[in-house]
Amino acid sequence: MDFNLYHHVQTLHQRYAQILDSNDISGWPDLFTEECTYQLQSRENFDAGHPLCILHLESQAMLRDRVYGVVHTIFHDPYSQRHICSAPLITHVDNGLIECESSYVVVRTPRDALPQVVSVGRYLDKLVTIDGTWKFKQRIAVFDNDLLPNSVIKPI
Amino acid sequence: MRSIPIVSQPAAQHTWGNAPTSRAPGWVYTDEALYQREMERLFYQGHWCYVGLECEIPKAGDYKRTQIGERSVVMVRERGKAGQPDAIHVLENRCAHRGVAFVRERSGSARSFVCPYHQWTYKLNGDLVGLTFKNGVERVNADGSKTQQGGMDEDFALCDHGLNKLKVARRGGVIFASFDPAVESFEDYLGPDVLHYFDRIFHKPLKVLGINRQRIPANWKLMQENIKDPYHPGLLHTWFVTFGLWRADQKSQMVMDAQRRHAVMVSRRNDGGAGAVTVGVTSFKENMALGDDRLLDVVPEPWWTVDDPLRPGQRITPTVTMMTLFPSLIIQQQVNSLTTRHIQPVKPGVFDFVWTHFGFEDDTPEMTRRRLRQANLFGPAGYVSADDGEVIAFVQQAYAANQNARTVSEMDGTDVKNTDHNVTETLIRGMYAYWRGQMGV
Repeated sequence: MDFNLYHHVQTLHQRYAQILDSNDISGWPDLFTEECTYQLQSRENFDAGHPLCILHLESQAMLRDRVYGVVHTIFHDPYSQRHICSAPLITHVDNGLIECESSYVVVRTPRDALPQVVSVGRYLDKLVTIDGTWKFKQRIAVFDNDLLPNSVIKPI
Repeated sequence: MRSIPIVSQPAAQHTWGNAPTSRAPGWVYTDEALYQREMERLFYQGHWCYVGLECEIPKAGDYKRTQIGERSVVMVRERGKAGQPDAIHVLENRCAHRGVAFVRERSGSARSFVCPYHQWTYKLNGDLVGLTFKNGVERVNADGSKTQQGGMDEDFALCDHGLNKLKVARRGGVIFASFDPAVESFEDYLGPDVLHYFDRIFHKPLKVLGINRQRIPANWKLMQENIKDPYHPGLLHTWFVTFGLWRADQKSQMVMDAQRRHAVMVSRRNDGGAGAVTVGVTSFKENMALGDDRLLDVVPEPWWTVDDPLRPGQRITPTVTMMTLFPSLIIQQQVNSLTTRHIQPVKPGVFDFVWTHFGFEDDTPEMTRRRLRQANLFGPAGYVSADDGEVIAFVQQAYAANQNARTVSEMDGTDVKNTDHNVTETLIRGMYAYWRGQMGV
């Protein structure tokens, strides 16, 4: 893999974190292909081969529905979110498909409380290009903290 | 120097007073001594608590670690004797010697249990089979004679030192246990009407789809109350009111056992949309449409239709039954999504909420996919339950700061009765009537 390609992968990763940590997450679904997989799954279920996730979305439209839910329908304590992500390890490159893996920590800071780790784990990604732009065909976030601090509202 | 007088005040005495049972004081959620009494009287005596599903431990030797109240327990399957079905034991995860909670993994398979501290070894039924150095350690003296060093006294009997074995109830593939050997039968505990709805769900072999866990900073009773409150879903949860999954204009029944500790909220969905029931409901979004509505691809299942226990001779086809089995379990059927939600208290203001999603062994791949899609509505990130965890945490915050403030659970009056509608808080009042009797408050 050449540096240029790695740079595209890294930029997509950083852009993902930037959007989800901003005050406007409406651009999040645009980072995915139309048919896609977004899963937020505990390591316990992942390792046991159980299919259950806490979120399992299957299309860009479902991701938009989640954004609508976060903004308009799910009542929750307001909070700021911050992703700290590792550089991706490219595990497979094949004919326009890149598979990679990276680690993350997501910290949530409510208005009246100290920051808390809401999720810590790894991303398992598949990237493809659509009209020259790299997008997620799959992003599975497998979190180590099976026991979650109450609810998870915004995507990780 | 002027001395500051020390005023000693007696500790506040918590009394319910003359207020009706519909007005619960804040200290029911916060008081440490009361919480310890709840553990003793509600979780460790006289009640059945949820442990798990038989399909979680399919093979002999399989075990699952879980919790009853704050106590760690292990359910384990032991092969039955020739011609006999397998036995399922529930054991307290506490070595009889020094108390080590030696089962650490959440699940696994074992031939026996060995405590790592001093190697006390137990059979899968909890019997102590042996311990290293039971007869001491032999020493060969200079003259060739032998003496035994240490060892247990001769009257030490292995059979007196097994693990604490709980009483076990199995029904429809679900396992409950009790620390109280004198507890009534599980069937009597539920009573016929609640048992009827229990059997409606657990009528054929189950398959586990996975487990989700969340730690909610609220008293454990607030979760019971949340699922004994059919008044909130059509107000708090946009999805329920907008898409007609649960709202005040639905055909509903609120069913309790004779002691009013357990309940079933039974209802049938409608088509949603605007109506008298959405006037003034700020969460209702008339023009909301899903970009991808596969999350609401509901397919009715034949087992939904059963005899109506409250109307002999008639049949009933609920699309949702939310059961609260006091004190530790909620069982959910919401259209095609099935879960057990296990309440595991941590301290007065905190409990862990463990969701086991399941289907049936004979589900088609399409039905399994459907149950998993609908699972997006439930659990820590769910469209209609993430906000329950949030809102009950806010309740806890407020009563922790003002323990003498009181609730007003008086929708539909102050009495306790089964109803044929869902605009009521009768089930919460029923639970507190029972709770006060048990707790002597």
